[in-house]
Amino acid sequence: MSTITRPRRSRLHRKEHQAALAFVAIPVIGFLLFTLFPLLFSVYASFTNWNGISAPVFKGLDNYTKMFGDRYFLKSLWNTLYMMIGIPIGLVISLALALAMNRKMRGTTFFRTVYYLPVISSIAAVAILWQWAFNGDFGLINQGLALVGIDGPNWLQDTATVKPALIIMAVWKGLGYSMLLYLAALQSVPRYLYEAAALDGATAWQQFRHITVPMVAPVTFFLIVTSVIGGSQIFVEINIMTPTGGPEFESASIVWYIWQKAFDNLQMGYASAMSVVLGLLVFVITFIQFRLNRRNQFSID
Amino acid sequence: MSAQNVITTPPLEPSQEIPGGTGGGKPARPGRAGRGSRSAKETLRLGNILTTLLLSVGAIAMIAPLAWTFSTSLKTKDGVFELPPQWIPDPFVWENYARIWTAGPLLSGIQNSLIVACSVTIVGSLASALAAFAFAKMRMPFKNVLFLGLLSGLMIPFPTLMIPQFTIFASIGWVDTLLPLIVPGLFGNIIMIFFLRQFLNSIPDSIVEAARIDGASYLQIFWTLILPAIRPALAAQFILWFMAMWNDYLAPIIYLNSPGTQTLQLVIANFNAQYAIQTDYPLIMAASFVALLPVLIVFVVFQRQIIESIALSGSKG
Repeated sequence: MSTITRPRRSRLHRKEHQAALAFVAIPVIGFLLFTLFPLLFSVYASFTNWNGISAPVFKGLDNYTKMFGDRYFLKSLWNTLYMMIGIPIGLVISLALALAMNRKMRGTTFFRTVYYLPVISSIAAVAILWQWAFNGDFGLINQGLALVGIDGPNWLQDTATVKPALIIMAVWKGLGYSMLLYLAALQSVPRYLYEAAALDGATAWQQFRHITVPMVAPVTFFLIVTSVIGGSQIFVEINIMTPTGGPEFESASIVWYIWQKAFDNLQMGYASAMSVVLGLLVFVITFIQFRLNRRNQFSID
Repeated sequence: MSAQNVITTPPLEPSQEIPGGTGGGKPARPGRAGRGSRSAKETLRLGNILTTLLLSVGAIAMIAPLAWTFSTSLKTKDGVFELPPQWIPDPFVWENYARIWTAGPLLSGIQNSLIVACSVTIVGSLASALAAFAFAKMRMPFKNVLFLGLLSGLMIPFPTLMIPQFTIFASIGWVDTLLPLIVPGLFGNIIMIFFLRQFLNSIPDSIVEAARIDGASYLQIFWTLILPAIRPALAAQFILWFMAMWNDYLAPIIYLNSPGTQTLQLVIANFNAQYAIQTDYPLIMAASFVALLPVLIVFVVFQRQIIESIALSGSKG
């Protein structure tokens, strides 16, 4: 507030400045205390050997070189990326659902609610019920598969199926959200675009390809960014459904591994280094997406 | 009608080739529409039926795990393992819902979750609304720098911050209390500030200026003008934040150890770990269903506001 010393500013303005700064002070202080300071501390701790109790000992880049020789870290990184396959699958299904619900017919409100229920459900409860659904002998999934004569695997104990199982669950949980955003986007596409295209003899597929897809591109972009940021932090499902990181570490995610290293093994310096890598990864992905999006917008215009 | 169609159909084809449809296009167009209206109506109806069918199959897949949870919660311990599976429990064991309260700290879990979610969302929403008001309607130095700085915080994932946050709270002895979950939230929520600010942009500045000329203080303006004006946006964001706090798991699992301080989500996760060994699935499912229920009720009651504000957030984001 000491910055407002220019004499030409009227008293009225100064009062306004003071009040405004007081109003934004609360979140700004919160940001400094709980975001900026921890972030800087994380970066510092990532260069140290630190167990969280005694003082950190500076070790230079040791943690980072160790990380890229750590089989478990690389595995958890790979697992996290692998499980993002669910993102494009979910987007395609939810766009199809949104197209279906965009028709003028009865029952769409009801369907919207039903498809949205998993989104608002607690992830812990959802993980518990899916763990039970994926049970090899009595689970809902295998009983459903048995109806069509397929002998389902023991999903969460099998190295080949544990990641697909988690992907299926993630798609199920996230579908309603992306569907809703697509639906809102579809409803704002001007009708005359389709009418004009129909007059020019465009087929339904051509209309979809050249009108619908470009018109909902901003939502697709938004969903990809938020899902990648969310997906890179996948933790709760893994902590509950595969508490030991899955068979042969097949479902351990990067956050799960950071959490285990920091709070079970008290290797806080090493865990901080991994968390910094995660933060950078999220930053880079967001940045690339923003660049790509800017290019896309130009091509639409 | 159909005879007319037969006649008008052939000339339609060449006229379509001409872009813009000059001359021949004009008489052809009503003819085509006339032909289309009946078959189009039929295909539309058929399409609607097919779509409804497909959406219904999807809806069953969406609801099945939740329904299965509820159904399992009413079964006997052995009924769970019966083949073919019982969709309707036989017999109904409502006692499972009585057992859960003594089988684990479920009640204190609900209390703790309520304390955390209520205190954070009520105080934090006020803090966010005040800040949004200042960002949207008041002059101040470094306004954009401050706002962009806050926004940049959104790009930093919580796991990157959790280790230092934990050591900060550990050093002041707050581990295993609810305070580390509550205190950071009291300072407001940048997502909420962002959307309230967007919302305030649609309200004319002149009402604030007029109130200033009448001698109202900024706090008075906030209480009497701004708060009522942003109520719908505030309510929707409040509900979303409340649900997020209620469902939070990562922060509680870091800070809370003893059963008495755990939030509901941790309590049901422990139920799951503890009773799965005893294969007491009805108990686990009953506890999980109790944890799901409050948010499901809030959602069904405030469905319209929630869905509208989420749809809005996507298009604005």
